[in-house]
Order: sequence, then C-alpha cells, then structure tokens
Amino acid sequence: MTFKKNLKNIFLVVFATLILSACSTSKKSGNIEGDVYTGKATVKYLASGVPDRVFFATNKSSLTTASRATLRKQATFLRKNKKLNVTIEGHADERGTREFNLALGERRANAARDYLMTYGISGKRISVISYGKEKPVNPASSPLAWSQNRRSVTVKVN
Amino acid sequence: MKKIVLSIFIYFFSIQSLIALIEVDITRGNLDPLPIAVSPLHVDIKSQDYEGLKVKNLGDNISRIIENNFKSTGLFNPLKKEAFVQKPDIAHLKPRFEDWRLIKAQALVTGKLLVKDGKLKVEFRLWDLTAAKEMTALAFTTTPTNWRRVAHIISDKIYERLTGEEGYFDTRIIYVSESGPKSQRVKKLAIMDQDGANTKYLTLGNELVLTPRFNPTNQMVTYLSYFRNMPRVYLLDIETGVQEVVGNFPGMTFAPRFSPDGKKIIMSFAEDGNSDIYTMDLDTRVVERITNHSSIDTSPSFSPDGKFIAFNSDRSGLQQIYVMRNDGSNVKRITFGKGIYGTPVWSPRGDLIAFTKMRKGRFYIGVMRTDGSGERLLTENYYQEAPSWSPNGRVLVFYRETKAGSKGEGFSATLWSIDITGYNERKLTTKTDASDPSWSSLLSK
Repeated sequence: MTFKKNLKNIFLVVFATLILSACSTSKKSGNIEGDVYTGKATVKYLASGVPDRVFFATNKSSLTTASRATLRKQATFLRKNKKLNVTIEGHADERGTREFNLALGERRANAARDYLMTYGISGKRISVISYGKEKPVNPASSPLAWSQNRRSVTVKVN
Repeated sequence: MKKIVLSIFIYFFSIQSLIALIEVDITRGNLDPLPIAVSPLHVDIKSQDYEGLKVKNLGDNISRIIENNFKSTGLFNPLKKEAFVQKPDIAHLKPRFEDWRLIKAQALVTGKLLVKDGKLKVEFRLWDLTAAKEMTALAFTTTPTNWRRVAHIISDKIYERLTGEEGYFDTRIIYVSESGPKSQRVKKLAIMDQDGANTKYLTLGNELVLTPRFNPTNQMVTYLSYFRNMPRVYLLDIETGVQEVVGNFPGMTFAPRFSPDGKKIIMSFAEDGNSDIYTMDLDTRVVERITNHSSIDTSPSFSPDGKFIAFNSDRSGLQQIYVMRNDGSNVKRITFGKGIYGTPVWSPRGDLIAFTKMRKGRFYIGVMRTDGSGERLLTENYYQEAPSWSPNGRVLVFYRETKAGSKGEGFSATLWSIDITGYNERKLTTKTDASDPSWSSLLSK
C-alpha cells in the first residue's frame, strides 16, 4: 500500500514538473509568465513584505497562484490592522475598447476583493473602483507595459 | 453658457425643378467628385457693421465654409475662385451657363446677403449648369453672429438637393479633450461644430470624464464622470450647463446612450464583478433591468425603432456582439468572424451596425447588417474604436491612438471620419488631443 501511494505521489510530482516546464519554456519571457506579469518593478508595499497589487492575463480576471499568495499576505495585514479600510482599483491594458475595459477592471478588482473576503476580511472594509484603461502605471505600448497595467491595486483609504 | 439654439426663419422657397441632369450617388465610393463652383455671396452695399463682424468679408467667408464642407464629403470638387467668370451679384441674378461650363463646373452656388438693423438676411441659389436651370433656392433671416450656421444650412440644402439624402453639416460633435502625459491625462468634455470651429469646453478637467453621447432628439448629453471618485452616468444640458446623476445605483454605471426617442438612458451597471444592462426612463425615473447574466454585458445601443438592442458581451468566452429585444428576450449572438468585437452602434437608418473589431493586434472599424451578415471592414489601424454615426447614416466618426514609446512619448489621440463606403478617410481638426466622439442630430431640424 505504502509503496503504491509513494509511487502515485512520485508520479504526480513528475507530471506536475513536466507541465510546469512546458509552460515556462513556451510562455516565459522576462517577467511575464503565460501573459501575466511576475516581476516587482511596479509593485509598492502596504507594509513590509505585503505587495499592493496582483496581475492578470489578457481579458482574464482569474487569480494566479502568485496573486493568491499576495492577497493572503494582504488579508493577514488587514486582520492585524482592524481599523484600516482599503479601495481595490481594477485596471486593464490599453488594447481593448474603453467600455469593455471598465467592466473588466471592475471584475478584476472584485476578484481580489472576493479572495480577501474568503480570508475573513469584511466586505465593508473593501470598496472597489474600476479605471479600465484610463490609468496605466506604465505608459509604454509594449507587452511588458500591458502586463504591468493589467492589475488590481489595494490602496489604503485611512 | 451662451445660448446656442438660434432662431432661423425660412421665408422663401422657390419651386425645385423636377428634372435635373446632375446628381451625386453617395452609395458608392466616389472617385469622380462633382465639380462645383461656389461663388462668394454678394454683400449688399446697404449692409451695416455689426459688433466687430467683418461684414465686408462675410460673403467670401460663408462661401469658403460651404466649399470646405463639400470637400470634406469627397463627393464634390469645389473649383478655385480665381477661375470664376462672373461677378457674384450678376451670377446670382442669372449665370451665363456656357461661361461657367468652360471652367468645367457642373453646379454653381450663388447668393447674396444683407446685414441691417441687427439682422442677417441671406439668400442662395443652386444652378444646374448642364441643364442650364435653377435647382433650388432659399432665403433666411437670423442674427449676424450665426453666419457660420447659415453656411452649414446652405451646405445641407445643396447636399440634399444633389444627393437625395439629408445633410449633416449643421451639426456638432461632442468629444473628450485630452492633454498631459499618457499616464496622467487630463480629460474634459468638449464640443465643436462638425467642421472643427467653435470649440467649447464643458467641464474643467478636475475629474475624469468619458464617453459623452448626444440625445438624438435634442441637445442633451449623457456621459460618464468620476466626480468625487464615483464613476456614474450623468446627464448634461449643454445649454444651461445643469448636470445630474442618472439613477441611484450603489456601484459604477457606465456605457450610457439615449433611446432613439430620447426618453430613456440605456447603460451598464457593475456590481460584484458583474456588469448588466439597465434602462432608466428620464421622466418617470423608473429603472428596468434588461440583462441578467454572469458575464460582462455592456456597450448597449438601441435600434432606431427602439425595438432592439445591440450590445457587447463575453458570455461565449470572449467579447462578441449580441442583439436582443428591448425587454431583454431573444438574445442572439451576431458576430462569428475571426477576432473579437466591441462597441456596436446601430445606424440611424436602421440597416447597419457599426463596430470595432480586434484581431491579431490590429483594430478595425467596420459595419455589418443587423443579423451580423455582410461584414465590411472600413479601416485598419494600430488602435481605433468607438464609431459614432453622422445623422444621415453615411459617415462614421471614431478615435485613434498611436503606439507610445517606452516613456509614453509619441502617444496621441485623434478624431477621424470615414464614409461607410470605406472611402474618404479624414482626420478631424481639434484644438487638443481628442477621443470618444459623438455626432449630434441636425441642429435646425
């Protein structure tokens, strides 16, 4: 039994490694992985070790593993600072129509908000605003800039 | 704000000749524009000065605005005035047709004006030089400061007579004026005449404003403002400057447009990551939910009969265009081409939907029939979107953005127009960078 179980675990690990390496060889370029920004160039910090933003793939609002880790740090920070309220700003890159980007930014900000709420932060402490493509953090017209602009940013309001 | 609506009295209409030899077909791209001579309007010597207006030059200035309008259509070729063969006052009485034909003109516009007792009296005639007869004539009285509008109304009448379609010159365009670096743009609502004259700013730039749209029945505007950092749809009366929030929604409202009768605003309301489409009746304030779907539903646009709504949704995965009944029933996806689609806008004629298409990193403005068939892409660019129809449904105005360098340098936003034939692409002249244009209906209708 134990042997079988071990074998199964080893198989899963090997399988996962294969998938990951396939992803990283085909999609990774600089600080972008599978269309999502993974670097730190634009990141600010709510407190030491608590990044303020997470990044998204084109047209997507789903949270990556890295985004979830960032948001868990934000949740811990918010639990420690009970009187602090935040606004989550949702943003899109400039390569879409203005109105659709407003909706997309709202969806991204809410994806982050929902995740914080599952970690025990009251929705009353988190307001949301979408800026669509209106406030790029990086004004360049390049895939790197666009990946940095597809973001939700948690901002302290008090 | 200064009162814009001005009374224009039309007191004389001559009989239009039924048989004319010249006509302009605007359903196809016109590679052979009609040669037309626009004679300067004769200024009556009894004319008096009026509030700093150079009355002496008014006849020439009006004729130049008419020429500029005609030229912008791509359908007419206004001839150089140096070649003109008769004095304006004499030509206006009765042209020597054979002499005008010598300079290859096929149509001639003549006119005269008188400024007296604080009033501007204008009359004009359109002559068919081939058939050697008068085609139409009209006279107006208005305040002298209205002289540009007189030129646009004359242009509209001539366009109508020669093409059989309603004109679009006595109109305005509202848009978002942009300034400052790309990551900190200052945006203001601005309005100008269709030809770029008379630019006025309607907001100060203290808050972000987006997507202004005209009411098709009057000069009201709906737009999105981030006033107090709360993105909401507003209603603005551009005559009085009075503005108000539309509805009492707990979250962001955006993508507003008027219903064709001007009585409702249709828009998106976003809540908890989901955008749906709502209408609000401006008289009764009754709010109605039109879509209820977990996807993004936005950019709604009514058909001109008010029975249908085109909108943008990603319910199939990516952005596509859908059409539904005005109560939200019978939702049908109409775009199936390669690429993704946004910003559907129903033509005022009802036959076409204009849209933005994105494919392989390029942006297209196109038109299709209302069932999605007959897609025609009119123009391709690095970035362009947000088409708005001329009131006669023949021309689209939209905006373009350029690719920026690593610090945002080289970025610009500009307004462009194109005929739905795909011909006659033109850059509109604006005082600042500009985006989100919306074309008004005819002011004098």
